[in-house]
Amino acid sequence: MNIYLLSPEISLLALALVVILLDLFMDRKWLLGVVSVVGLIVPAAFTVALWGTNQTAFGGALVVDQFSLFFKLFFLVVVALVILSSTDYAHKFAAFRGEYYAILLLATTGMMLMASTRELISIYVALELTGISLYVLTGFLKDDKSSEAGLKYLLLGAVASAVLLYGMALVFGLTGTTHLREIATAISAEGLLSSPALLMGIVLLVAGFGFKIAAVPFQMWVPDVYEGAPTPVTAYLSVASKAAGFAVILRVFYEALGPASLDWGMIFAVIAAITMTVGNVVAIAQSNIKRMLGYSSIAQAGYLMIGLAAASTTGSSALVFFLVCYAFTNLGAFIAIIAISNKIDSDQIADYSGMARRAPLLSLALALCLISLAGIPPTAGFMAKLYIFSAGIDSGLVWLVIIAVINTVIAAYYYLRVVRVIYLGAPLSEERVPSSGALRAALSFACLGVLALGIYPWMVLRIAEVAASMLLP
Amino acid sequence: MPAELVLAIFLLPFFSFAIISFVLRPFFNHRPLLSGYVTIAAIGISLVLSIWALIEVSGAPHHILQMPDYEWVVIGDTVIRIGVTVDALAVVMLIVVTSVSLMVQIYSLGYMKGDGGFCRYFAFMSLFTGSMLGLVLADNLLFLFLFWEGVGLCSYLLIGFWFHKPEAARAAMKAFLVTRLGDFGFLAAILLLYAKTGTFDIGELQNLALTGAIGGTVLTWAAIGVFSGAAGKSAQFPLHTWLPDAMEGPTPVSALIHAATMVAAGVYLVARMFPVFASSTTAITTVAIIGGFTAIFAASMGLVMNDIKRVLAYSTISQLGYMMLGLGTVGVGISTGYISLEHGLALGVAVGIFHLFTHAFFKSLLFLGAGSVSHATGTFDMREMGGLRKAMPWTFFTFLIASLSLAGIWPLAGFWSKEGILAASFHYVPVLFYLAIITVFMTAFYIFRVIFLTFGGEYRGTDQGSHGLHESPVVMLVPMVILAILAVVAGLLPINEFLGGESHSFFGALSHPLAWVSLVWAGGGIFLAYAIYGAKWLSAASLRQRFAPIHTLFSRKYWFDELYENLFLMRLLVNGIFAALHWFDDHIIDGAVNGIAGGTVAVGTVVRRLETGQLQAYGLAIFVGILAIVACVFIFS
Repeated sequence: MNIYLLSPEISLLALALVVILLDLFMDRKWLLGVVSVVGLIVPAAFTVALWGTNQTAFGGALVVDQFSLFFKLFFLVVVALVILSSTDYAHKFAAFRGEYYAILLLATTGMMLMASTRELISIYVALELTGISLYVLTGFLKDDKSSEAGLKYLLLGAVASAVLLYGMALVFGLTGTTHLREIATAISAEGLLSSPALLMGIVLLVAGFGFKIAAVPFQMWVPDVYEGAPTPVTAYLSVASKAAGFAVILRVFYEALGPASLDWGMIFAVIAAITMTVGNVVAIAQSNIKRMLGYSSIAQAGYLMIGLAAASTTGSSALVFFLVCYAFTNLGAFIAIIAISNKIDSDQIADYSGMARRAPLLSLALALCLISLAGIPPTAGFMAKLYIFSAGIDSGLVWLVIIAVINTVIAAYYYLRVVRVIYLGAPLSEERVPSSGALRAALSFACLGVLALGIYPWMVLRIAEVAASMLLP
Repeated sequence: MPAELVLAIFLLPFFSFAIISFVLRPFFNHRPLLSGYVTIAAIGISLVLSIWALIEVSGAPHHILQMPDYEWVVIGDTVIRIGVTVDALAVVMLIVVTSVSLMVQIYSLGYMKGDGGFCRYFAFMSLFTGSMLGLVLADNLLFLFLFWEGVGLCSYLLIGFWFHKPEAARAAMKAFLVTRLGDFGFLAAILLLYAKTGTFDIGELQNLALTGAIGGTVLTWAAIGVFSGAAGKSAQFPLHTWLPDAMEGPTPVSALIHAATMVAAGVYLVARMFPVFASSTTAITTVAIIGGFTAIFAASMGLVMNDIKRVLAYSTISQLGYMMLGLGTVGVGISTGYISLEHGLALGVAVGIFHLFTHAFFKSLLFLGAGSVSHATGTFDMREMGGLRKAMPWTFFTFLIASLSLAGIWPLAGFWSKEGILAASFHYVPVLFYLAIITVFMTAFYIFRVIFLTFGGEYRGTDQGSHGLHESPVVMLVPMVILAILAVVAGLLPINEFLGGESHSFFGALSHPLAWVSLVWAGGGIFLAYAIYGAKWLSAASLRQRFAPIHTLFSRKYWFDELYENLFLMRLLVNGIFAALHWFDDHIIDGAVNGIAGGTVAVGTVVRRLETGQLQAYGLAIFVGILAIVACVFIFS
């Protein structure tokens, strides 16, 4: 067994420990953020160096292929941006900065393992490592709203885990194995396709994972948790946690349940339609921008699920590409919000009135990201939607794509409403909105990504296709 | 002509937008005029390049310049290429957009002087002009749709330019929502065509439609979907309600976007997709009927409006209806076999677009005239005007020329293009011809009603105002005079022949009886307007009383606003469902947290709140959801 295959995870874990240790000795706490970000170069370098390998370890439980490596790099970039954007926010929990960064890194370790496991028990363990870190992070502010959000997330997460385990148990009971590829073989060999128990298992797996990606009707935790959690954590939840959920779903459903794709494809298609519609319609009524983005992220999960419903290689590569576009866009939006709400101490959309005059660049970035979320060119959001919709059409899901298109029209209303408030409203005061260099760097990176993916998506798209092609044998 | 220069036609205004937004507005805001100059320079160069393209195209075989295209998107095995189409239709549109835009920008230097949003205004105008030029040049539907949305966005921003006025903000939102309704259909049609043919390329789609490769039902639905987008943009019945309200924007915006260019995009789209429409009898008949009906329907409302810009707005809707009517009737002629396919395809486009061409000049001039009038009087209400002929001779004179042109008086521009439409409807769909000829009468009447009310008689405004009456500055008058010249000669330019229509000699047109019929009707309209509002032989008040029910019907705009707002769009959606959701969110979700727990906050908030049942409800929902999925799966599989 080659321990080198685990080097990204091991080095990240080591980095988390180093940060905690440094926290004990160091007085200048801001350095912890620097160490975390700079330290991320090590696991990233290991990940890039591993690119091209296709091996398994731990008796096939762990797989290092381009699919998992792609997601590992993705999570590392996301956590780097989140840490950078936290520098302006960390004063709210000044005494616990070290723990904050360390737990973020641990959550990332869990996500990297999620993308890399090919065995039900390991998936569950990785999921819990991620989940528990995220519960802690959600409650990190220790005020009423944050604690409430953390506890809610924990309890509902436990329910979802139970459901998931039940589903895994059913699948294991039927097939006698926890290895994904062996499950697929067993399903075909033993003619389990029409078995109601397998269907039940699939439904429970959909529900359990559906909680992670915030699909309706398993989305209730989202608005409360997004609103209560520290804003950088909200950004992290909305992007990385969702992406990890999709990575696992792709792995499990394509590799283990591929033979039953007709069944779960239709389930995902229906849930996708409901999810995007509920997310968008409820988002319209929101007056708090974090809540609005919460519902928006539910809607985006709906679009993403079109890629699952398509149950094809085009679908999975479109999904992976969509995740990257969505990550840059949503992170950009949240980073801008962190900077603005830091100053005005409010998340009410009405308080963003005339923000373009108080913070021209932040506003421009926020507007760009909202336009991208609405799917208007020349941004990443447009390309992402284009791909995933055409994947849907290729798989004959014309009805779903039509619903999705109608949804993007509805969604444009609430995204552009914020843009209008920012640009056309009267400013509530003339005070400028300051932001740190680290945050500006993160924001610029995200915005550049949004534009680059909107105008020249080929490179990332090719990589996404390569990554997605790993899934089917 | 090098391809780069063709691309520069629509990229230059975008460039101007970027310079204004990122350089001039942040750093040179104290010298706002700069942004106007940059805009004018960019559009001026675009105009020169457009004229160059026109010359090249007129010398090219089949009036098409071959342009390279570029690989844009690769989806699976499908490669989407984008490029530009430079043919007769495109260059005529380029000339219209760049020349009217240039005139309007120069005029705006005077009109917007001193406005706090001067830079923002020119930035949006540049963005609009670039998007509109891109829309015209696009050679595939997806690319076209991007710019289509772009001009819609600019229209939204510019209608709401004076966002501090609640009516302006409301009008902007209304325009956005109503045109979106049409865009639904358009986007669905694009997807439908793509699903069936695997291409977005307009040329390919035209060929597939003509060869019958796209099936009948699909083609019909696709064409109707495209038309719904066109009807939304061009404010055709029943999506017409947004345009009159859009007059809340600055007047030069109305002149450029809501008279000459963006609203004409719908007509352009139908012309661009004309082979697709002409291949479906149902679709093309729909276009003809909607166009003919809109023409008379909108004109009837223009008869009674008191706001000068609203009269012009209804006039615009009506004239756009004419253009659709021209396209539609020739298409009906093709599908019923009265006219050969090859000849008909060119003729239809020529008839519709020629009127678009002449209309752009005289209608934008009318708007600029209205702006000039309000510049002096501070109002758009014609009841507070009158007698402006003496104070504002230039405005009066140019407005008069544009009105004669609109009424279709020989030999002004409007006459030539309107004749083509009347002839087409007369030959192919006589029923619609009668509607069109009545509309000619109404058109002449309402525009001369404006003339007599505004420029004739005595000044009816406040005394204070009458001292201030003055002609507008030269920077506003020069574009008006240039447009007035174009409103005279545009009909004599060989645009119609260039697009493939039939030519008429200067006097020869008068030998056609149809010309006399329309001239008599137009003259009748002018005379009636004179009798009521000029000479006052007939009392407007007593006429209004006698025809009270009809007058109310017209002035209340057939109650369409009420119908839409009370029944469909606003009340039901915004005030109904959304409000309910909001209420639900406020009272049930937040209320469960805040309200119930409110009294006992001090005791231990977190645990307390969890006892309100909310969390249990969430958990319950998860299981209900699972059960629902299980039930569905087992029922349907």
